[in-house]
Amino acid sequence: MELGFLLGSIVKILGILAYLYGLLWVLARPNRWVKLIGVVGAFGVVQLALTDFGGFQILTNFDSGLLFQACAMTMVALGLNLIYGFNGQFSLGQWGFYGIGAYTAADITYRWVNGDARGLLVVGFGTILGGLALIYIGRWLKRFRGVPVLSSFTLYLIGAILAGTVAVYIGNALNPMFEPLLGTSLNPGILNSPLALQIVFFLAVVFAGIFAAEVSFLFGLPVLTLGSDYFGIATLGFTIVVNVLMINSDTILPFPEMKGGRGMVGIPKLTTWFWAFFFMMAVIIIMRNLIQSSTGRAIISVREDEVAAKAMGIDVAGSKLLAFVVGSFFAGVGGAVYAHFIGFLSPGTFGFLQSFNPLIIIVFGGLGSMTGTIAASFGWIFFLEGLLRVLLSQMGTEAPTWRFVLYPITLLLLMLIRPQGLLGNIEWGFLKQKDVLPRETSAVDQPEVAASKA
Amino acid sequence: MTTISTILEISDLTKFFGGLGAVRNFDLTLKKGDLNGLIGPNGAGKTTVFNLITGIYEPTAGDIVFNNTSIVGLEPFEITRLGIARTFQNIRLFSNLTVLDNVRIAYHPHTKYGMADGILHNRKFDVHEKELTEKAQDFLAIFGLENLQNEIAKNLPYGQQRRVEIARALACEPRLLLLDEPAAGMNPREILELMDLIHFIHDRFDLTILLIEHQMRVVMGICKYITVMDFGQVIARGTPKEIQENERVIEAYLGKGAGHAA
Amino acid sequence: MQQVSGSSQVVIPVPKKKKQPPLAWVGQGFFILLGIVVVAILISNLIRQPTLFAQFFISGLQLGFVYALIALGYTMVYGIVKLINFAHGDVFMVGAFVSYFAVARFRLHQWPLAAFPQISPGLGVVIGSLTVILLSMVICSALAITIERVAYKPLRDAPRIAALITAIGVSFFLEYFGALNFVFSPRFIPYERPFEVVAWYIKDGIHLIKPGEAPPDGAITFSNILLIIIVASILVQIFLQFLVRRTKIGIAMRASSYDKPAARLMGINVDSVISFTFAIGAAFAGLGGVLYAIAYSSIWTQLGILPGLKAFVAAVLGGIGSIPGAFVGALIMGQAEAMTMGYISTPMRDAVAFTILIIVLLIRPTGIFGEPEKEKV
Repeated sequence: MELGFLLGSIVKILGILAYLYGLLWVLARPNRWVKLIGVVGAFGVVQLALTDFGGFQILTNFDSGLLFQACAMTMVALGLNLIYGFNGQFSLGQWGFYGIGAYTAADITYRWVNGDARGLLVVGFGTILGGLALIYIGRWLKRFRGVPVLSSFTLYLIGAILAGTVAVYIGNALNPMFEPLLGTSLNPGILNSPLALQIVFFLAVVFAGIFAAEVSFLFGLPVLTLGSDYFGIATLGFTIVVNVLMINSDTILPFPEMKGGRGMVGIPKLTTWFWAFFFMMAVIIIMRNLIQSSTGRAIISVREDEVAAKAMGIDVAGSKLLAFVVGSFFAGVGGAVYAHFIGFLSPGTFGFLQSFNPLIIIVFGGLGSMTGTIAASFGWIFFLEGLLRVLLSQMGTEAPTWRFVLYPITLLLLMLIRPQGLLGNIEWGFLKQKDVLPRETSAVDQPEVAASKA
Repeated sequence: MTTISTILEISDLTKFFGGLGAVRNFDLTLKKGDLNGLIGPNGAGKTTVFNLITGIYEPTAGDIVFNNTSIVGLEPFEITRLGIARTFQNIRLFSNLTVLDNVRIAYHPHTKYGMADGILHNRKFDVHEKELTEKAQDFLAIFGLENLQNEIAKNLPYGQQRRVEIARALACEPRLLLLDEPAAGMNPREILELMDLIHFIHDRFDLTILLIEHQMRVVMGICKYITVMDFGQVIARGTPKEIQENERVIEAYLGKGAGHAA
Repeated sequence: MQQVSGSSQVVIPVPKKKKQPPLAWVGQGFFILLGIVVVAILISNLIRQPTLFAQFFISGLQLGFVYALIALGYTMVYGIVKLINFAHGDVFMVGAFVSYFAVARFRLHQWPLAAFPQISPGLGVVIGSLTVILLSMVICSALAITIERVAYKPLRDAPRIAALITAIGVSFFLEYFGALNFVFSPRFIPYERPFEVVAWYIKDGIHLIKPGEAPPDGAITFSNILLIIIVASILVQIFLQFLVRRTKIGIAMRASSYDKPAARLMGINVDSVISFTFAIGAAFAGLGGVLYAIAYSSIWTQLGILPGLKAFVAAVLGGIGSIPGAFVGALIMGQAEAMTMGYISTPMRDAVAFTILIIVLLIRPTGIFGEPEKEKV
C-alpha cells in the first residue's frame, strides 16, 4: 500500500509539473483564441478531476486541499520573489501580509454571513479612502524638495488613520440599512444568496489585498531606507508583531470574532477551484507583464546595482516601494484565498517558524525565476504536506516531528549541492522573455570607425 | 553671470568627509558643446566631483547650476532626468541582464507608457515598447554592439563593457555627459576607436562632455580645454598645450623638482 | 592661461551644517511625542507604585543579562561572517539540556562531595555547579564548531542567502531532532537545579525568604540566581573586551571581520578564527542556557527560539558587530520586555521588542553603536 501511495504521489507531482508546463506553454501561443481556449481547458481539466462522479473522483478531497493551498502559496511566493528575487530586498515580512490578507478577508465574509455588513463596509471604505488619502498626500509632498522620510511617513500615517476613522463611522451608519437584507446565519436574507456571496467573496479578496498593500506602503516607506540585512530584520519584526496582534485580536484589538489565540472558526468556505485558479492566474499574469515592462526592468535594475540605477534616472526608493507594495498585495490575496478554503485561521499558522516557508520556496525555485517559484510552491506543498505527511503518519506517532527533521536535512543538502536553486533562472513558455531580434536597418548613421571594425 | 550658452556652472563646491576635504572651492563652467577634460593624480577628488554633480553625494557647500537651475539637494535620479548622464570608473553595468536591457533600463524615464499599460500589455504598450527597443538598438548600433544585444553584460570583454556603459548613458538622453575614465583598461587600438566614438557622439547628439581620464593621449587628443585638480582643488586650467607646459601640473604628477628636471 | 591661486596648505574649516530640510519637524515631533508618552507612562507608574516598578525592573535586569550572554554570539558571528546565525538560539537550548542531563541523570553536580566527602558542602556545590556549566559550554562549543564546519563552511563563497537558509535549516533540525522521544522529547521538562535558589526580599532591610514563606506585601524580591546571572554576564563582557582588544586571536578576529582576504594575506588562518568565534559565542550561549534554565526551571526543545530571537534583536539594536552594543541592547530589551509584561500584557512583549527595534533602526539605521554603512562609488 505504501509503495502504491508513494508511486501515486510521485505521479501526481510529475503530473502537476507537466500541467503547469502545458499551461505556460499554451499561454505563450501568439493567437489569443488559442490562449483563451487553453486557459479555459486547463481550468476545466482540473474541475473535472475534482468532480465526484458517483464515487469516482481522480483528485480526492485531500488532494484538492493541497491544490488550493499550493495556489495560495504560489501567490505569496511570487510576491516575495518580486520583492527579493527581482528587487533584491531581503524581506521576511511576506508571511505577515499573508496573515493580514487572510484575517481581513475572513472577517469580512464571516461578519457578512452572520448578518453584519460592517466588515465589508469598513474595510471597503477604509481601503478606498485610505488609498485616496495616501495618493493625495503623496502629490502634496512632491512640492517639497528633500522631505525626510520619517516626516512623510508621519503624514501618511495620520492620513491613513483619519481615513480609517471616517470609514468606521460610515460603516456604522450604513450597517442598519443592510441588516434586514442580510438576515441571520439561520435565516439568510437576499444578500446572503449564493450568488451575492460569491460577489462579496470577490470583494473581500480584493479589499484584503489592497489593505495588505496599504499597510505595506506605510511600513515599507521608512523601513525600505534601511540597509539590506536591517530591512530583513525589521520585516521579520513586522511578521512577529502581526502574529502577536493576531493572538491578542480579542483582547487588545476589538475583534472578538477572531477569538485570539484559540483561532477563528466558522469562516465560510467560499474558495472554489474557479476562484483559486482565477486569482492565481491573475497574479501570474500581472506579475509577468509587470516584470517584462519598463517598470519591471527598473525594478530589476535596483537589484543589480542601486547606484547605477540611480544614475540612470531610476527612482530607486520608488521602485523598491512599488515592488514591496505589489508583492504584499499578492500575499494579501493569497491569504484571503487560503482563509476561505481552510475555513479556520489560527495564529499558529502565521508564526515565526512558518514565515520562512515562502523564502525557502523562492530560494529553492531560484531567485528571480517565476517558473521556479510556481513549480517549487506546488512541489513543496505536494511533497511536504502531501507525500511526507502521509508516508510518515504510517510510521508512528512521531510523524510530524520526523517530517521537520527530514525537511531541514533536505534543505541543507539542496543548499550545499545547488545554492542557486533548482531551476536557477530558467523560465518556461509564457514567462520567458521573448528574444529581441537585431534590427535589420538602423535609423541612425554610424560613425565610420564603429562600422568598419564591427 | 550665467548666460544662455552656459550649461553647467559649479561655484565654490566643497565636500568634506569627516575632517577630510575631498573637494574644496571647486569652480567649473561648461558651455554648451564643450568637450572638456578633468585630470589630476589619484585621489585628487575628480570622481568626487562627478558624484557631487550627479547627486550621489550632497555637497558640504557651494552650488551647482545646470541649465539655470540649481540641482543641489535633488535626488540623483532627478538630476539624471534633467539631462546629466554618467559612466563609472569601475564599470557598473547591470551585470546579470542582457546588453539590450541595460540600455532599455536607461530609457525608462522617457518611457511613454505607464505601469498600468505595462501590466495590461495593451496596444499602447506594444507600440511604445517596440519604439523604445528600436531606440535602444540604435544606440547599440552606434557602438557596434548590435550583434551582442542578447548577451549577458558580465560575459562581455572589458572594452565592450565600457562601450555598453557609454551607450547606456547616452540612452538617458542627456545634455551633459560625464565620462569617468572611459579608456581605462583599453588597449591602444581600442583607445583610438574610443576617441573617434567620443567625437562622433559629441557631434551627433549635440552633447556637452566632461571626461576624467588618466591616459594623457586621450585627454590631449580630444579635449579642447582641461581642468587640473590636486588635493581637492583646481591647480590649473587651460588648453592641452598650456597644461602640458604648466609647472604646477608637472609637479603634481611627478613630484616636486621634477618640473625642472623635465 | 590662468594660474589658480590658493594652495593645498590652506586649511579651510569644516562648514557648518546647513539648515533643516522642509517638514523635518513633522517626523521629529511625532517620534519625540511618542517618546514623551512612553516616558510619562513609566514615570507615572514609578511614582504610583515604586516597589512594583522596582520588581519589574529587577526581572528586566535578569532577562537583559541573559540576553546579553546570547547576543554576544550573534554579534560576533555576524561581525565576522555577516551571517545571521539562526541556530544560535538552539545552541542555547542544547546548553540547557546538557546541564539537565548532567544534573538529573548523571548527578554530575555532586561529584566533589562524592569524591572528597571531607570538603564543605558549600564548596562542593559551587565546584559541582561550575563543572556542569563548564560541560555545557564545552559541548555547545563543539556543537557550534560542527555546525560551522558541516553547514556554513562549504557555503562561504555561495550567495549569502544560501548560508542564511542553511542556518534556518540547522535551527529547525536542532529543534525537531531534539523533540524526538529518544532525544529530548517534545514535552516541557521540569528542570532540576544543581544548587538551590535562595531568594531575599527588601523591605526595611534585606531579609531571607525561608522555604514555604511568602514575602510581605510591598517587598521587592530577588534571588541568588539573579546575582549570578549579572556577575557572570559582566565577567563575560570584561573577558571578551580583553580577548578582542589585547590578545593575538582577538586581533585576528578583528582583522578577519574587517577584511578577510587581507587578513589571509597577513598569514591569519581565517577559517580557524571563524571556528573560534563560533565556539566562543556558543560557549557563552551554553552558559546562558544553564542560567536561564536554573532561573525559569522548565525546559523544552523550542526553548531557544524566543530568547534567541530577542537576543538577536538586542544585538541589532545595539549595533550588530559591536560587543558593548550587544550588552546595552540586551539590557534595553530586557527592560522593555519586563515593563511590557508588567504594564501591558505578557503576549505583547514580543511585539513591543520588535516595535522598539524598528523605531530605533528608523532613527539610527545601524543600531545604537553601529557604524554607518558606507558605499564606495
